[in-house]
Amino acid sequence: MTVGLVIVSHSAKVAEGTAELAGQMAPGVRIEAAGGAADGAIGTDASRIAEAIEAADGGDGVLVLVDLGSAVLSTRLALEELLGDEVRGRTVIAEAPVVEGAVIGAIEASTGAPLAQVAEAAAGAATMPKARD
Amino acid sequence: MFSQEQAVAWTRATAARVEERATELTRLDQAIGDGDHGINLQRGFRAALERLPGAGDGDLGGALKAVSMALIGKVGGASGPLYGSFYLAMAKQLGTATEVDDAELAKALRAGYDAVVARGKAQPGDKTMLDAMGPALDALDAAVDAGQPLGEALDAAAAAAEDGMRATIPLVARKGRASYLGERSAGHQDPGATSTHLVMQALADTVNGR
Repeated sequence: MTVGLVIVSHSAKVAEGTAELAGQMAPGVRIEAAGGAADGAIGTDASRIAEAIEAADGGDGVLVLVDLGSAVLSTRLALEELLGDEVRGRTVIAEAPVVEGAVIGAIEASTGAPLAQVAEAAAGAATMPKARD
Repeated sequence: MFSQEQAVAWTRATAARVEERATELTRLDQAIGDGDHGINLQRGFRAALERLPGAGDGDLGGALKAVSMALIGKVGGASGPLYGSFYLAMAKQLGTATEVDDAELAKALRAGYDAVVARGKAQPGDKTMLDAMGPALDALDAAVDAGQPLGEALDAAAAAAEDGMRATIPLVARKGRASYLGERSAGHQDPGATSTHLVMQALADTVNGR
């Protein structure tokens, strides 16, 4: 079993696309998309995020990648109000950009690394050089 | 006293006002946010009406939890988890009671306020819904402590919410999407404070039979 990932975005397409992109690099890692509000609107849905965290959790923990504003609020609400202590205790919200963090986190998870290490790897994506020579 | 029937009527009144004022809330949000506050709350309160138990069916906790869960799932923006936390904390505080006294209602609203603070990590003066909710609950507590009837106390709370809402106009936003605008957010009334005034006014009107 590996750490699982959940991608929370205001856009269902961003969440699904990011999960697809990250999954390509990390076969065997559970990656769940929880994007958009109910009825397909732009936004986030704490109930849906809670379900995705449960689906991604294989017992080794879950790293949640979030985009803006309500993505963080809805994820915290899901953890504090909708999920049990056990799942909450092994779930971390990544301090990382959603796409890069998901790809790097998924790769780290695929090695069987523990949650803290996966979270740290994803956080490293924030300072990853891109256009710099 | 505040009853389950009044909690149901309060939700219906809030939903009706959200329908009436959705365009205005969205217009305020277009100025300094992502322009969806009215439509988001409209979607949330429509779902709340679907889940809301009937008047006299169950306890205060059940009615307010139904509102909370609808808002959490359906609103989409930050106001979903924030208002969702507000109603959920009220639901927990009131629990299985079907009717509570004025002080207990004030205490439950205060628990709701504290939950919004804990969820959103905003401070008074950050140009958020707290800037309407905080003064409203201070006025409510003072009036209830002074022994005023609940209707009058809630009118004082709604008036304080309105003052707090107007006082957000010159503020620079420090939370949410509006904070990305920095100084440019000044000069606009906060949409969250506006919807909070609407919620408090609906409560006052419900209890006063208006």
